[in-house]
Amino acid sequence: MIVSDELFTPMRKDNLSAEAIVRPQLTYWQEAWLRLRGNKLALAGLVIIIILGVMAIAGPIISPHDYAKQSMITKNQPPSAENWFGTDDFGRDVFTRVWHGARISLFVGLMAALIDFFIGVLYGGIAGYLGGRVDNIMMRFVDILYGLPYLLVVILLMVVMGSGLVTIIVALSATGWIGMARTVRGQVLQMKNSEYVLAAKTMGAKPFYIVRKHLLPNTIGIIIVYVTLSVPSAIFAEAFLSFLGLGIQAPMASWGTMANDGLPTILSGHWWRLFFPAFFISLTMLAFNVLGDGLRDAFDPKTRR
Amino acid sequence: MLSFILRRFVSMIVTLWLIITLTFFLMHAAPGNPFEKEGKGLPDAVAANLNAFYNLDKPLIVQYGLYLQNLVKFDLGPSIANSSDTVNKIIARGFPVSFQLGLVAILFAIVTGIALGVVAALRHNRLIDYVAMVIAVIGISVPSFVLASLLIKYLAVEWKLFPTATWGTWQHVVLPALALAFSPIAIIARLTRTNMLEVLTAEYIETARAKGLSPATIVFKHALRNAILPVVTLLGALIANILTGSFVIEKIFAIPGMGKYFVAGINNRDYSVIMGTTVFYSTLLIFMMFIVDVLYSIIDPRIKFHGKEREG
Amino acid sequence: MEKLLEVDGLQVAFKTHGGTIQAVRGVSFTLHKGETIAIVGESGCGKSVTAKSIMRLIPEHIGKIVGGKMLFQGKDLAQLPEKEMREMRGSQISMIFQDAMTSLNPTISIGEQIMEGIIRHQKVPRSEAKRQATEILQLVGIANPESRLKQYLHQFSGGMRQRIMIAIALVCKPAILIADEPTTALDVTIQAQIIELFQTIQRKTGVSIIMITHDLGVVAKIADRVNVMYAGKVVESGPVREIFYNPQHPYTKGLLSSMPRLDADRNIPLSPIPGTPPDLFAPPAGCAFAARCEYALEVCRAHQPEETQLGSKHVVSCWLQDPRAKKLITAQQSPTGT
Repeated sequence: MIVSDELFTPMRKDNLSAEAIVRPQLTYWQEAWLRLRGNKLALAGLVIIIILGVMAIAGPIISPHDYAKQSMITKNQPPSAENWFGTDDFGRDVFTRVWHGARISLFVGLMAALIDFFIGVLYGGIAGYLGGRVDNIMMRFVDILYGLPYLLVVILLMVVMGSGLVTIIVALSATGWIGMARTVRGQVLQMKNSEYVLAAKTMGAKPFYIVRKHLLPNTIGIIIVYVTLSVPSAIFAEAFLSFLGLGIQAPMASWGTMANDGLPTILSGHWWRLFFPAFFISLTMLAFNVLGDGLRDAFDPKTRR
Repeated sequence: MLSFILRRFVSMIVTLWLIITLTFFLMHAAPGNPFEKEGKGLPDAVAANLNAFYNLDKPLIVQYGLYLQNLVKFDLGPSIANSSDTVNKIIARGFPVSFQLGLVAILFAIVTGIALGVVAALRHNRLIDYVAMVIAVIGISVPSFVLASLLIKYLAVEWKLFPTATWGTWQHVVLPALALAFSPIAIIARLTRTNMLEVLTAEYIETARAKGLSPATIVFKHALRNAILPVVTLLGALIANILTGSFVIEKIFAIPGMGKYFVAGINNRDYSVIMGTTVFYSTLLIFMMFIVDVLYSIIDPRIKFHGKEREG
Repeated sequence: MEKLLEVDGLQVAFKTHGGTIQAVRGVSFTLHKGETIAIVGESGCGKSVTAKSIMRLIPEHIGKIVGGKMLFQGKDLAQLPEKEMREMRGSQISMIFQDAMTSLNPTISIGEQIMEGIIRHQKVPRSEAKRQATEILQLVGIANPESRLKQYLHQFSGGMRQRIMIAIALVCKPAILIADEPTTALDVTIQAQIIELFQTIQRKTGVSIIMITHDLGVVAKIADRVNVMYAGKVVESGPVREIFYNPQHPYTKGLLSSMPRLDADRNIPLSPIPGTPPDLFAPPAGCAFAARCEYALEVCRAHQPEETQLGSKHVVSCWLQDPRAKKLITAQQSPTGT
């Protein structure tokens, strides 16, 4: 290779910065959001949830029928222009009832998840932060509770408290917070001893600052994932309870009770009475699960490049 | 290893005691005396006799003590709805059926779930991985009763491949077991896949490859062993899952198992049956979890020799 | 000395979400029988990738060999079918890794991990494999080998785990042993023991060693030849004495002078090399070290430096070796200038 002589002069350093960073740096949240956006399945889940939420509010309003109005003449009609999802055993419009049920099922799911969140984060956060004996005792307690079969306890509570919206939420939250508490406590413990928290402490940072700047942002990811994933399990539990006769009582319609009522239709052929509630239960659970999965992948530091 | 087992055993007893006590006091906190329910219209004298028969007239603590005494003798007491029947007899009728169903379901779930997870991990990011994981997500999202309904509608009613309900031959086991196993298969498959993927990137796998071992040896001898361990810890929860799932599945398929009696007890507010079956179920579950823990300690050499688990 | 392995122009590229990384951009060196060569450089320079590529350990869908040859026993390892490559691994060429704790399987006994290699390559019965395993454990300095065969990884100390890994690598008597940072994870005292172990083994078995390390102390003790790598290329190579006492490349000089020394004046500050290695998504057109080099010339930015052969197999890739550059330096150093 022929190289010209003029090139043998000292190099100008201005446009070759020694520490230049070639790719732009993203914050933790920006990166997580980018990753979530790339996950089409999770995005689909999010969209579905939003649509379901909108329909839950708007459905019963836009429908010309009332969810409780019975009519012997129009009972067990297949879907038609008059009744978009058909009618049930009592002549009630299935479409309206489905969206009414959406309100209830989503409400139960979200409330239970939120209560679990508050109790769990508080309990787990305190246990993890204080550490030592307090942590030991608190977690020993939780471990024993963890050994109790979740749904059995819920069933027992329902038998005692009677069916109803509030009792279901209470029963579900009473046992559901345990998982969240354990997770949060594990995270807090792990981080308390991590090097960057130690570094902050050596620089004289106050405990509140550490919690706000270090512990919180790193735990929030896990918490969001956990809350998202606990909604489908609450919705499932509600449907499960309805099957056992412990769920929401008539004339209120939850998806679970509607599905339970619709069971005999496997043989009778009025498929719409089972199909719609069952479909929406599954769809909702699916949407929350894929969203939760997507969030988990998006927040996972291990998969960061 | 022994100290580990001992600790778990004590923990098991404590949890067991807790659930028995909780069940007892919850049941007795339920509103209303079972014999004063509307519609029963029992004359006072008869009601008093029944109360005495079931020890309901004694102070709660005494009842509790009596109950514990009976438990140690494995006596779960008489049924309230049907005074000639005892809870023990109900369990004896229903449990063998439920056990068969549950056993088939869990074995099927473990084998299928692990196989699916391994295949998905080995063919990571290719079509079969994607398909398997979509199936898995559906599996944990679609409730078992929905699946059961679908199975009945198509495989039993329309295509007449299997009977629609009740119990008796091996054909009667297939559909309910499938419905019960679907969700556990999904859970196991996902966990196995995640663990396999993680294990396959571990450094000791690279060492194994550097030794020139065949891919099959690496997967089955080195990777699988490590990837399976967390699945073993999950077994307890899965058994619980199948157990509670059986309530609904037995109802849908009209299978005369314990679930049917339990659900009936709930509907009749037969507190004796509810209490008895809950205690029975809980004991079973907690004992199973204990067995799983012991199993895990045998498989993982770290616990076998040192009684210490890795921080997980 | 007989040539054992000839690496010629090796190029390895990694496909990632963000683009293609040129991890190794044309590496060439020769390993002779009975020799120990060291490949040194900072993290990310491509030395590990080079080593693993010799054994084709990097899965194709992650990192692909996109150019060059690796001639061993008359075959090109870069083109060898996977099945034949598997025959080579563990029997002709072996590798040991940095951290024995994570590089060995915690749920399989040590003895089994040694014996499976023997059985796989030599196809001998278990009793014979056991005998060989016991022998090799003795060779690497583990006491009571028979009883230790049944034990598991967590029952050994750090230094012993490393010895076990060495045992596994050597048991089938390979021609080449590649050691990827074998001492980095160990205490200094254990390091010395392991280095001595390498020397003993080489004396006894005549195995040729490729040692990947960033520890120049280790290099000084054990290596015959040194290859200095930077940003995916070999910038200087030569006999160990030449590299240490007559370094020519500014990077090599920088490496050597940045080493803290016990006999240095405490008041003189350490002299690290400023800056960081370049991002290999878009390798520079010229010399990759130019941005951090205090002697850089315009030509360094514009063109890849050519190789210059100095005496006794000492090779440098640097524009400063060009006579025009040397003229410039003498002109600068002369107070009057001509």
